[in-house]
Order: sequence, then structure tokens, then C-alpha cells
Amino acid sequence: GSSSGSGSWRSVSAVQIIETRRDYSLGVLPDGVDRNSEAFSRNSKAMGVLISDLQSHIQKVLAGGGPVAVKRNKSRNKLLPRERIDRLLDPGASFLELSQLAGHELYEETLPSAGIITGIGPVHGRLCMFVANDPTVKGGTYYPITVKKHLRAQEIAAQCKLPCVYLVDSGGAFLPKQAEVFPDRENFGRIFYNQAIMSAEGIPQIALVLGSCTAGGAYIPAMADESVMVKGNGTIFLAGPPLVKAATGEEVSAEDLGGASMHCKTSGVSDYFAQDELHGLALGRNVIKNLHMAAKKGLKSGLQNMNSKYKEPLFDVKELRSIAPTDHKQQFDIRSVIARIVDGSEFDEFKKLYGTTLVTGFGRIFGQPVGIIGNNGMLFNESALKGAHFIELCTQRNIPLVFLQNITGFMVGSRSEANGIAKSGAKMVMAVSCAKVPKVTIIVGGSFGAGNYAMCGRAYSPDFMFLWPNAKISVMGGAQAAGVLAQIERINKKKQGIEWDKDEEEKFKAKVVEGYEREGNSYYSTARLWDDGIIDPADTRKVIGLSISASMNRDPQETKYGVFRM
Amino acid sequence: VSVRAFSESTQRIEKILIANRGEIACRIMRTAKRLGIQTVAVYSDADRHSLHVKSADEAVRIGPPPARLSYLNASSILDAAIRTGAQAIHPGYGFLSESSDFAQVCEDKGLTFIGPPASAIRDMGDKSASKRIMGAAGVPLVPGYHGKDQDIDLMKMEADKIGYPILIKPTHGGGGKGMRIVQSPDEFVESFLGAQREAAASFGINTILLEKYITQPRHIEVQIFGDKHGNVLHLYERDCSVQRRHQKIIEEAPAPNVSNDFRSHLGQAAVSAAKAVGYHSAGTVEFIVDTVSGQFYFMEMNTRLQVEHPVTEMIVGQDLVEWQIRVANGEHLPISQSQVPLSGHAFEARIYAENVPKGFLPATGVLHHYHHAPVSPTVRVETGVEQGDTVSMHYDPMIAKLVVWGENRAVALVKLKDCLTKFQVAGAPTNISFLLKLANHREFENGNVETHFIEHYKDDLFVDPSNLEVANTVLGAARFGAKLAAACLIEKENSVFRENLPGGNSTIPIWYSSPPFRVHHCARQTVELEWENESDSSGSKLLTFSITYKSDGNYLFETEEDISPPLEVKATCLGDHDFRVEADGVIMDVSLAVYSKDHTKHIHMWHGSHHHHFRQKMGLELSDEDETEHRPSFDRSSHPQGTVAAPMAGLVVKLLIKDGTKVEEGQPILVLEAMKMEHIVKAPSAGYVHGLHLAAGQQVSDGSVLFNIKVSHLLSDTIDISRLTEIEFTSLHAQTVETGVGSHSGVRCSFGKGGGDLILNFGLNSWRNHLNCDERNCNLKYSHPIGIKS
Repeated sequence: GSSSGSGSWRSVSAVQIIETRRDYSLGVLPDGVDRNSEAFSRNSKAMGVLISDLQSHIQKVLAGGGPVAVKRNKSRNKLLPRERIDRLLDPGASFLELSQLAGHELYEETLPSAGIITGIGPVHGRLCMFVANDPTVKGGTYYPITVKKHLRAQEIAAQCKLPCVYLVDSGGAFLPKQAEVFPDRENFGRIFYNQAIMSAEGIPQIALVLGSCTAGGAYIPAMADESVMVKGNGTIFLAGPPLVKAATGEEVSAEDLGGASMHCKTSGVSDYFAQDELHGLALGRNVIKNLHMAAKKGLKSGLQNMNSKYKEPLFDVKELRSIAPTDHKQQFDIRSVIARIVDGSEFDEFKKLYGTTLVTGFGRIFGQPVGIIGNNGMLFNESALKGAHFIELCTQRNIPLVFLQNITGFMVGSRSEANGIAKSGAKMVMAVSCAKVPKVTIIVGGSFGAGNYAMCGRAYSPDFMFLWPNAKISVMGGAQAAGVLAQIERINKKKQGIEWDKDEEEKFKAKVVEGYEREGNSYYSTARLWDDGIIDPADTRKVIGLSISASMNRDPQETKYGVFRM
Repeated sequence: VSVRAFSESTQRIEKILIANRGEIACRIMRTAKRLGIQTVAVYSDADRHSLHVKSADEAVRIGPPPARLSYLNASSILDAAIRTGAQAIHPGYGFLSESSDFAQVCEDKGLTFIGPPASAIRDMGDKSASKRIMGAAGVPLVPGYHGKDQDIDLMKMEADKIGYPILIKPTHGGGGKGMRIVQSPDEFVESFLGAQREAAASFGINTILLEKYITQPRHIEVQIFGDKHGNVLHLYERDCSVQRRHQKIIEEAPAPNVSNDFRSHLGQAAVSAAKAVGYHSAGTVEFIVDTVSGQFYFMEMNTRLQVEHPVTEMIVGQDLVEWQIRVANGEHLPISQSQVPLSGHAFEARIYAENVPKGFLPATGVLHHYHHAPVSPTVRVETGVEQGDTVSMHYDPMIAKLVVWGENRAVALVKLKDCLTKFQVAGAPTNISFLLKLANHREFENGNVETHFIEHYKDDLFVDPSNLEVANTVLGAARFGAKLAAACLIEKENSVFRENLPGGNSTIPIWYSSPPFRVHHCARQTVELEWENESDSSGSKLLTFSITYKSDGNYLFETEEDISPPLEVKATCLGDHDFRVEADGVIMDVSLAVYSKDHTKHIHMWHGSHHHHFRQKMGLELSDEDETEHRPSFDRSSHPQGTVAAPMAGLVVKLLIKDGTKVEEGQPILVLEAMKMEHIVKAPSAGYVHGLHLAAGQQVSDGSVLFNIKVSHLLSDTIDISRLTEIEFTSLHAQTVETGVGSHSGVRCSFGKGGGDLILNFGLNSWRNHLNCDERNCNLKYSHPIGIKS
């Protein structure tokens, strides 16, 4: 090598030495994985099956409403919703899509991605929440789960102060299910309520009318701060031409009744006139470019304490696919997961020797400091107290919390009750509930009973919550539930003087177990929007990083706790 | 004889004014600077910021852009020399270099004219006079007529006497301007008049001479040099046979496949020629060599430093500009004939802004990207332009001269090809890839050059769009290039975007990691590149790719257009323009130049010996107007069929037809002139000329609409199609009928052959296009209800 080459090599290593002396991390986690073990290969194999299963479901929903509908969409010079979002995003930007499998096996007919695509990505460097109807799925109409997914996206946007971009192309409410779509608090009307409230808070609401926008849907652009409309394809009206004819006898074309030209020139329902869809999307990017979010207090953009240089984990993130056993009775060290999520696999553990079934500590993800709480067994008194303590530390310092759930529940039994396990659990639940720092929950294994609460389950409003494909969520395990229910049933039957034979009881139990298996399944959860999506374990670090980045888009908020029962 | 001592002279040149521009001005200044001589540049308004002005110690404005008002304006130039105190004027080549009047005026004003005596310029400038002098000096001449009597009938008689083919040539000027080859007696008159007109426009004198046209000639010229003490020597010959439009594009020295005997005969003849006119300074005696008979004839003598002088410099190791200055100072020639070395072989390739498939028409443009091959002791790049400069329509469109030297012809040729592949120009079409094809041609490699080389091997040198096999190979290469270019472009754009995230401090870099993240799938992008086919005239082609961002950072290219398997490309940025690309297991260098013009992004890419030019639509035409018709991405058919656009920027010299005239296909309509070169614009099809509103002397820009050819003189743009109810087709090929049955506003047509009614469902434009197309193919006759039959 040349002398200059070796010179630069020397200077680099000098810097390294200084860095190492100053910042030598005590908390570098060990590998924690025996790649030659039987468990490793068994887990990889089982997870491999789950992931390929997941992939096949994903491939189906990515195809939208099927080749015929997709072709028809294309013939109208329209892009698919994910393509539309791609064109709005900055070049080369990532997109955190949410709840891809919402609506999975929920209705008799398939409803890919619940007919609506939602997710977060940057436009002109500004994170936005996208809500895009899929016109190839039932004409983009709103099923109950569609409404739920739309509202969930708005909830995240409101929580994270993300400008909302609605890509409207929908026939409105799905009429046969109007009773489940229209009247309730968390139904269709809530969409516009949310638009009004967010707009009032200064969270921009932008609508791009790329297709039909009928009846109730007409209020999406009408309620938006700014709206763009595409000539020809975009229409906004409370009632379409057939209904108008039926109601008033007036004969009018869709374009004249509610086309872009009319709404941009005459009614003023829309603000920007687009010649075609690409033009409309370009106008959409322009509208977002002109948002001046910095002017609004309380809205922030970007990571805090962000260190632009970070180290990748020492161990391969893909190995996360081989760590979790599908059999939830088998424990695994959550540190081997943490080691593959945090920067440089550096994790400074808090109270390592106390309450050891709960692992708590500080690390960084893509340079952003995080507090991580992970399960290494069931929760005991000490672990719950430790958890509450750690949450208080993070809220004091405005450090986002990451929950890695693999929890069978709190310890039961007389000794535990006498020690006040309920009291300790309540402390942790109080801390989790009141913590105002960004929270991200990943279920990497089981999520049962009160453990789900203490570890920031859906009811505790984590900013984002994702599942691994092996996740199981239920109030208790299927076998335990079967045992409990069989016991009650036997007592009931005894009261009626009926003797329950062993076979019948086993059948009863099997049915309960089967029901729990089905309803505790990750697809059952994600189809109903109990979470924000199933992720590939290998994407965990990335998804947590993007989620925290999105939830750090707001100013720090003060945490106030209620009464801790001492 | 030993090297003679230079004679002492009291007055030496200390400051030279260079009455020229471009590469030759720069080249002269370089030698002057080396000799410690100060330099003065002159410039027209168009050249104010050009390289030759920057390179000079001083620069003086001499007038507006047109050459006759600036670089041909002798009084302005003399004034500049007097103002700056220059003692000498170097005229370069072209412009005033061969004006005996100018040389005379210089001497009269006490300025040294760095060139031959005015008398020699005068003698040699008149081709007829020069031939008389040469004949008297025993230099062999081509049979011909050089008489003063220019009567057309007499000239025709002389032509018939010499025999066809015959060459018509203006007696004044050079560079092939105004030359015509006449194959048969009936073409004579038209050619003769054309040559006269061009000569008058170019040189102000329209006398013409006739010569026997040699069918397989070589153009070999001898560099001679004389001092003011009667010494003349030659510096061997150059072969300049490979020409297009009678202008040289590749020159070499010494001439290939020539015996030493022939070489020395040629040299002696040239020296005799120079001595016959009392020559001093640099000059070139041009000979035409009949490859059939092996005979050589005197053609003309160029009384200046030639464009191609560097190839001679390379093989003799001398600086001819230095010699010119020393001779002008009154010094003796530094060496004698026997001391002139002959070492190795040199090539010069002239790089022009020109449109090769359109018949080498001069092109203009801004050089948005200009990287020439790296120079070395054996590679010279003589250039007068820099990146960002404009090649304007005012002057010669030459961008640079590439000069290479090797120990022998084969070695030099390898180097020439390599340097051509490294020559990157974007912004104007160039002849670089054509030069490469020439250099790679087996007959050129063998040194079998002759003046009709390009015409002879045109099938090898030009892509025939109708040759599907070749066209597909070219298209395949373009597709591959487009994929590489797209990968580099995306890599570069995304990294630039990452580094310059909007929003200042509040950046969110993890959203821009590479590759972009998607949940459970890969990000995809569709890229549309319009390939500008520069190898033939078949026009551009839209290439569409779907690009998948693979997790390893590679780009996977898929396309529905061709059957080739998906291509995975990895691109690494090495610099602003340079990339290292891996595709299909092959790692290679790719260079990219990107610039914007007219809402379009132009992408030039170079890899290996390939150069491709792509266009990408930039943004959209953001019109708020509902009524404006929005054009789809690459609708380049901006002109309806039958429209004739200017093939180049230029001056309308003559209109041959009046607006509204009926013309035949191929009939000349008007004459355009650019760079003193005439170009006849012809009717693309038979019909009526519409919209011809030009006048002689009017300037037209490249691509501007000149006129339309329409099938009927009644069909104007304003005709209301809805009034047409019936068109009768008497003869129509079935396969050209596009059915549009079911139209509510179509045109009813009836057929004489086959019978039956058909509704044509076209818009105005497509209907008209259709008629044009049909008419060409099948002698369509039609009538319409207004009652006019055509």
C-alpha cells in the first residue's frame, strides 16, 4: 500500500482507540444464541413456516381486488393505492404500512387490507399519515373494518401530530352493512369529526380526490384544509347522477354534477385542479411542501437526542427468526432479541439482579435513546415494581419505551396474593397507563392476562403495536381456560345431577382449546385491528426505529401519575 | 548541413494578436506563451466568455456575432492590434487567413502578418491561376478547364470534352464549399448554377472551374515550410481522404500504404510548387491521388496553417506555430530537409457538433457536459470550448481535435479508439460514435482509405432502420444502457436527497435508508426513459422499466417490452459523474451527465464504447386550465404528419416554391444555409404546400416549422370536420383500413373496391394522418361534399 494509505489507516485507528477508552460500553450483550442447537433449527423451521404463510397472505392483499379490478383501474388511467403513495413519497423514502392484513377472513368475501391502505412516510422531509382507498376492493367502499382502520390511522396521526393525506377514491359506506358502519361513535361520522379536531389542532388535513367521492365520502375533501381534484376521474357529490335523477328528475353527467372543473371553478369544494392523476399527485406533494409546521407550537419534527452516527447490532437481525419458539411454554432469553435490536448490541441493564423475570434497561435504536422492557418469565412482585420504577425513569427523561411482550401473566397463588401481587401489578399498570413518552409494543411470543396490560397491550394506547407471526393473545392460555371452564361446567352439571363422562369432558375441553387457539392467533388479532400489523421478526429493529421516529414528531409531554397504592 | 544559426534581427515579435477564435486561437496562444510572447485575442459578442478570450493576456471586442462583422472585419482587427500594441497578427485558419488583401494591409500598417507573402496567397487563392503556375513549374495537373470565360454553354462543352463524371468547383475558397460532382450532362446546368450561388455567398466571387472527376481518389497533402531566405522544405504528407460533405474528419500522417519513393516524389513536387510562388511560412500542397493509376495531381495549395497540422507535428516532433513565428521574425528554418525526422504515426479525429443521421448537418447546443480524453505526451486535445459553452450557429461547429501518436499506425489506431470512447459530450449531437465506427472499420484499419470511403461503406457505417436485426441489436444495447443509467441515476438522486434532506435540523434520516423500507415487500418504481436514437433517423423510443429495490441494495429491472430476463444492477457512486456498476456479474465503469432543457431531463451515459442519450420528462406541465389539452408523457408527435421542420438552425437562402403550390414528393421547396453549407429542404410527400411564410434572408431555428404538405389545398387547420359527411375511397388496401364502426360523429366512406360502408371514427388530426398515410400507400382518391375533387 502507499504511504498515504497507511497514514490514514493509522489516524483512523487512533480515533478508534480514543473512542473506545471514553465510551467503552459495559453493556454489550452476548450473542445468546447457539446456532448449532436443536432448538435453534426447530425454531427457525417453525418460524420459516409461519413467515412463508404470512408472505402468501401478504402477496394476496398486495394484489388488491384482483386482476380484473386492477386492469379496470389501470384503464381509467389510475394507479393502485400503494403506487399512488409511492409517487407522493420522497424519492427513496421508506413507508411504514399499517395493518396490511386488516379484514383477513373477517367477512364472507375477501377484503384485502380492509380496502384501505394506511401508513407513514416522508414527503419533502415531513412525515405524513397516508390514508388511501383501494378502489379495486369493493369500489373502495367502507366496511366496518375499513372505518376502523381509517380511524386508527387518524388516531395515530392525532397522537403523533402527523399531517394527514387522504387519497380519496371510494363509493362511501358499504350499504348492506350500514348498521355497523354508520351510527355509532366510532363509525363513519367519526372520520370527519377527527378531521375537524385535528385541523383545529393545526394538524394539516389534505385530500386528493383521485376517484369518486360519493355521499358521506364527499365530506373528506370538503372537510380538508386543502384539496386537489383530478379532471375526469375525481368526482364529489352527495348523490350521484342516478340518485339525482330519481330524486329530482334532473339528468346530469357525473363530470358536470361534481367534476374537478365544477368544484374548482364554481363550487369551491376543491382548491387545485389536476389534469390527470400524476399531476394530482405532484400537486399533492406541492401542498405538503408549503405546509409550515414549524410555525405551530407543539408540533415537532424529527428525532431528539439523535445521534446521526450509530452502530448496527453486532449480531444478524435475521436470527430473530430463529429465537422465539412457537411453543409458548418454552422460555427464551429476551436479551438475545434485544441484542439484535439495539445499536451495537449495547444495552445497559437497570436492576439486572432484581426481579429478574423482567428485563429493563437503556439502549439506542438508530441513535435514538430508548428504554426497553422485556419479559423473561412471568411477572412477580419484584418484577412489577422494577417495571414501574423503570417507566418512571424514562418518563422523567422523556425516553421512549419499547415493550417486548412474551408474558404468560402474573404469578398466582396464596403466597403471591399475600405479598400483594395485585398491588404491585397495579403500580406497573398505573405507570404504563400514565407514561406520556412514546410507547411501542412488540409481541414476540405470548400475551396473556394481566401481563398484556402491564406490558402495554392495545388498551394502554401504545403509539404503535406490532406482532410477530408466532404471537398469541388471550386472557389466559387455552389449556388453562379449558381447565377452568370444565371445572365450572362439572359443578353445574353436578348441581343438575348429571354425571359428566370423561370423553365428553375431553371433547368440551378440546373445543375450548381450539377456540382459544383460533381467537388467540395473530391473524385473528390483526384482522380485527387489535394491533398495527404482523411483522417479520427480522424487521423488528427497523419497525421500532420508524415507529419511534414517527411518535417523536410531537413535543415532549409531561407525565402525571394517579395514586400509586403503596 | 548542420543546423544553421538563426540570423540576428533587430526587431522581434513580442506581442501577437490572434485574428481567430476557438481551438486554433488557443493553440497559437499556447506556443506564444511558451516563447514568452504576449497574446491578444479578439472576440465577437458571441465569444465574450469563451476559452480563447480567457486564455489571452488581453482581448478586444471586434463586433457582433456574424463573422463578416467581426472575425472577417479587417479594419476592426487591425484597430485592435494597434490599440494593444501587437506587432504581429496570426490569422489562424479560415476567416482572414487566406485573404491576400488582409495580409497586404497588415504589411502596409507595419504589422507582421504571420503567414506567407500576400503575393503567394493571391497566386494560390485563384485556383485557375495556381494551376497555370503549377503547370509551368512541372507539377502534374488534373485534366480540366480553368478558363476565365464562364459562359454556361462553353463550360458545358468543356465538360463534355473532359468527360463525366466531372467536378465543378469555385475558383476561390476551400473546404469543399460550392463543389458539385456531375455524373451526366443533363445534371450539369443545375449543379453549375448552384455552385455559382454558393460560391458567391461564401467568397464573393463566383468563377467556376471544371475538372476530371477521379472515381477512386485519395486526398494526400504535403506540409511544406519556407523561410524568407528562399529555403523550402517539406514535412512529409498527410492523408485526409476520409471526408464527409467534402470536409475532412479523420486525418493521419504519414499516409498509409505509400512507398518511400512515392513519398519523396510527392514531397519534391510540393517543394517545387511552393518555390514557384516564392513561398514562406507554413503551407500545404494538396494532391489528388488516383488509386487506380497510382498517378498524383496537384489540386491546390492552402496558404495557411491547416486544421490538421498537429498530425505532422506529432511525427516530426516540431512546433509549426513556433516555426511560423521564427520565420516571421526573419529567422532561417531550424533544420534542413535531411534532418526532418519521421517518427511513428499520428491520427487526428475532428469532433463536431453535428447530426450524423441527418446527413452530417451542423448542430448547435450548449455543452452541458464536456469531458475529453485525458491528455498525455502522445494524446493531444485541441479544443476551444469548455463545459457550459455554446456551439452557436455563427461559426464552425467543431468542438475539438483529438490527436494521438503511436510508434506505428496500428498502435496509434488503438489509442485513437480508446480516446474516442473517453470523449464525453452532452448537449449537442456529435460525430463521436461515427468516428468510432470509422476507426473500427476493417478497411480503415487496413489503411485502405479513399475519398469516397464513407459513401462506399455506408452500409457498415450507418444503421439502416429497416434492417431489423441490426436495429434490434442497437435497441438491445440502448435498453441495457438505460438500465445502467437508471440504476446510477436513482443511486445518485437518492443519495443526494439523503444528504440534503429538507427541513434543516429536523431531519429524519432513518426514513431515507437504502434501500427504502416496505413492510413485507420491496419498494418498486417505474422509470420511463425515452431513448434518443442517434445512430439512425428512426427517431426516439420510450423504454419503460419496473425497478425493484432489493434488500441488498441492488436494483432489479423488469420490463414488459422485451423478453430478456430481469437484470439485477448494483451501482456505486464514485464521483459526480462516475459510477462503478455491476450487472449480470460484469463490473464496469459508467459515466453519466444530466442536464435539463425544455422541461425535460437529458441523461447521457457512457460505458465502454457505448454512448446513449435518454430523455426523461421532468415534472408536469402544471396547467390549471381545464381546456388545455394535457399531453401524455411522451407524446412527441407534436407536429402532425406532413409538417416539415427545419433540420438545422440556419438562414433561408432561397424559396423555390410559392405557398399553396402543388408539389411532387422530393421536390425542392427551399434552400437553407448554415455554416456556409447549403441544405435543400424537400417535400416529404406529394401534395400542396401550406403555411410557407418565409422570406429569403430570414433566420430559422432548429426544429421550427417551415411548412406543411397537405393532400388538398382546401384542407387547412380550420376546416370543420363535422361538415364532412362522405368520403369516397376508390381504391384502398384492406389492411390500411382502421375500422371505427359505431361512431356518432364519424365520416361515412364508401369504397369503390370491395364495396360497403365504413364509418371512420377519428379525430381531426388522426383522420388527416390517416388520409396522408393511405394516400402514400395506395393512391387514395377522395371527394368531399363541398364538391371539390382532388
